[in-house]
Parts: sequence; C-alpha cells; structure tokens
Amino acid sequence: MTDDALQNLIGGWFDDLEFTTEESQFLNVKVPREHLHALMQQLREHPETEFDYLFCLTGVDWGEELGVVYHLESTTKRHILVVKVTTADRENPELDTVCDIWYTAEFHEREVFDFFGIRFRNHPNLKRLFLTEDWEGYPLRKDYEDDVNMILH
Amino acid sequence: METEILYNNFKSEEYFINMGPQHPATHGVLRLVLTIDGEIIKKVEPDLGYIHRSIEKMCERDSYQQIVHLTDRMDYLSANINNEAVCLAVENALQLEIPERVKVIRTIIAELTRISSHCLWWGVMGMDVGALTTYFYGFRDREMINDIMEETCGARLTMNYNVPGGLMLDIHPNFVKRVKEFVTHFKSKLPEYDRLLTGNVIFQKRTKGVGVLSREDAISFGASGPVGRASGYSCDVRKHHPYSAYDRVTFTEALHTEGDTYARYLVRIQEMWESLSIVEQLIDNIPEGEHRVSTNAVIKLPKGEYYQKVETARGELGVYIISTGTKNPYRLKFRSPGFSNLSLLNHIAVGGKIGDLVATMATLDLVIPDIDR
Repeated sequence: MTDDALQNLIGGWFDDLEFTTEESQFLNVKVPREHLHALMQQLREHPETEFDYLFCLTGVDWGEELGVVYHLESTTKRHILVVKVTTADRENPELDTVCDIWYTAEFHEREVFDFFGIRFRNHPNLKRLFLTEDWEGYPLRKDYEDDVNMILH
Repeated sequence: METEILYNNFKSEEYFINMGPQHPATHGVLRLVLTIDGEIIKKVEPDLGYIHRSIEKMCERDSYQQIVHLTDRMDYLSANINNEAVCLAVENALQLEIPERVKVIRTIIAELTRISSHCLWWGVMGMDVGALTTYFYGFRDREMINDIMEETCGARLTMNYNVPGGLMLDIHPNFVKRVKEFVTHFKSKLPEYDRLLTGNVIFQKRTKGVGVLSREDAISFGASGPVGRASGYSCDVRKHHPYSAYDRVTFTEALHTEGDTYARYLVRIQEMWESLSIVEQLIDNIPEGEHRVSTNAVIKLPKGEYYQKVETARGELGVYIISTGTKNPYRLKFRSPGFSNLSLLNHIAVGGKIGDLVATMATLDLVIPDIDR
C-alpha cells in the first residue's frame, strides 16, 4: 500500500491520529496513548495493513515528554509505518504493552523501562534488563546525572 | 513399567542452575538462568548487562565520525558492516552522492566480513557439539581474510574502514590479487566443511529437529538473518532493501523451512557460497574513481529522522537517528539482530535438554557485545 492509501485507511479508524511524512523517510502517525493498544492490534490484524513485523522499538526522551517509537513493517505487503506515542508524566510514565501482539516487544520494552523508566501496563515480566535491580535513575533520560560513571562533553 | 516405578519412587523437582557468565557455550559474558527438571529445560531467562557500555548514550555526545568507531565494538565480527550502516545513514541524510567505486568496495568487504564471521561461527559450532577440529579449519580460512583486512586498513578485527562519505583509504594494490587467491582457496576448502561436519551422523543427530522455530514465531520475535531464513522467512535486507552494490549482483537468498538447528546451520553454509559468488561478480569490476567524497569536518544532519537497515552476518541491523540539526544525534538507536534473536531462545529451548540448548545457542550465533550495546 502507498503511504497515502495507508493514511486514508488508518485515519478512518480513530479520530485523533496525526499523520506526517515530513522529516522522515516513512509515514509517521502519532497516536494518543489511550488508543495505542487498539490501534496496534488493528494494524496487526487488519487484512489490508498486516503489520506483522515490529522491527524497531525505541524509547525517546523528548524533553517535556517521554515517548516510544514503533517501526512496523508488513512482510507480505512490504509497507512500513512508524507509530509514535508520548506521555507527559515524567514521574510515573505508563503505556500499554504491545508484547501480546508482537513477541519481540517483550525484550524491547524491558530495555525501554530500564533506560527511560516507562512502565508498560500488562507486561508479563517488567524488570530491568541490563542494569541491576537497585540502580537509581534511568540513564538514557536527558536529565540523568551520574558524576562517577558519565563522561561529560 | 520399570520407568513408571522409577518415576513413582524418585520424584524430581524443579531447580535453578546458572549457565554462564563464563560458560564456553555462551561465547562471551552472558548468564542464562535455567529452570530445569532433571535435564529438561522448563525456562531460560537471560541475564544481560555484564558488558553494557551504553553506546547509545555515548553517541548522543559524539560526532558522527566518532560514532562509526563505536559500532565496531558492537558485533565485532561484522565490524565493517556496522560501520557501513552508520555511514549510509549519515550519507543518506546529507544526500551525498557516493562514488561507484566506494559502493563496490564496501560490498566486497562486507561479503568478506560475512564469510569470516561464518567461518568463526562454523568452527565454534563444531566445537560446541564436540568436534574440536572444525575450530582449526575455520580459523585457518578466516586468517586469510584477516590478512587482507590488515593490509587494506591496518586492522584485523575492528577495522573502521568506512567513514561518512566513503572509505578512509583506497584499497591496497594487492587487494584484488589477494581476494582472488582467497576465493580460489576457499572454494576448494568449503566442500571440506561439508565432508567434515555437515554429513556427520552424530552432528546431524545433535541438530536435526532441535530448537524448532516456526515462521510465524520467527516474524513475531523479530528474528532476522540466518535464524529467520532457516524458518522459511524471507528477511534478507540485501534483497528487500538493497544498499551499496547489492542491486547489481545476483545471489540467491538461502531459505529453509524446517526451522531447526540443522536448517540454521545449512543456511549459513549456503550463505558462504553466495558471498563467494558476490565477491567474484564484483572483484574484476571495481570502477575507477575517488575512494571518498569530502564532507564538512563537522557533520550536522538536517533536522529529522533517519533509518538505515543493513544485513550483518547475524541479521538485520537498524540505525535510527533522530537529529535536531546539531553536530550530535539527539537520539540514536541500534536495532541489533542479536538482541531479537536472543529473545526467542526461551521459546525454542523449553522442553529440550541442556545439551540441545548448547547446539541451539550455537546456531543463534550470538555475539554478546551486540546485545549489550
């Protein structure tokens, strides 16, 4: 499917989706976090979209907000879509897990939790992946400080 | 009847056992916490982070030229291909026109890297299942590629041969001759690999039907490279998203449908033949020209997001750069193939024996620094 066709189809499912192709080689869609899981489920199962391959899941600290970027590809249709979701709550950020839709998300979400502190609701095994359990803070956040281990500019 | 009495009299119970972090079959510092009942595996939980260096955080402070050097230290057996991934992402973002000569040389080097990585894997794979000889064969042939690399760029493992804009140096005058020598040599040696290990009955019994991964699960777990292709999942980035000179060479994507350890083994053997064929197609046709185009000393990518995927020896490596227009990336994510391939280990190892786990892990071909980025 072309980017325009994808946008037309997916845009009809939920009201408040924001599409853009600016500053990116793929079609991007920003989804409010309450619709995240429903949208992902639909993207995976709808026969026209069939996004069966989650090839990248990235946590990002946007400054004010924390967010996750999902790169999706369909192995049958060969189209690509980037889904973005953010949360403004830096103290207690929470998003829905997608590891019931794509198994690979289980490890990727643990990595995001480890480094950004985003909690994924309904994740079967949400604990730190690389760092030790007693590590304080979330190192990939922009405001993270560590006088001992971090080499500054 | 006898076994029934045995089971009734001797109740077994589940217990934990540590495999690693210094276990030889984990090929690095990876700790697996195994839950076992007798010798049957109930659960495998990887414990990661022993050598995590937070390369992604370091990238946020480094220039794009410096980032290339860090990528060597991820999957060090695919060092050149990792370098290429970052360079391609930066070049695409800057919309640089890369000379044909660079594209062809990069492709040849990448395929030599793949062969060298698979040679090491083959040697270690044999060793893991008890055939020590393979190790020496694999390293003997790999040595020739290391020598070529050393002559080309001065390094044998972490090459740093690619820079944004092209190659750090032009190829050595001996390069073409030595690569041809290697191709002739390896063509006569690769059939030995089959004679020594592939057809070996003990080896086949250790690998056939072990660690089976279905096609659907392979896709869902984000498996890539030989692990995905052994399950019948066509996932070769070189085919689906060609980069460098892959659009002008003909090669077959090695596909098997069994999804077991033996199929993953066969895919890699076949890939070595295909890589040889790619090198042969290009080695006589390296175009003349510059080996690099100049870039600004301080590279600033335009504001935006860039994604580049390449096929390393282990599968799909993705480089995702978010730039705000400054000299450092705002966020840089490496989607490493080993990370996703490790995540499916529990799925395929449960129900098998510890000995099978060793064989299964050998064909996942994990490189731990690639996972602990």
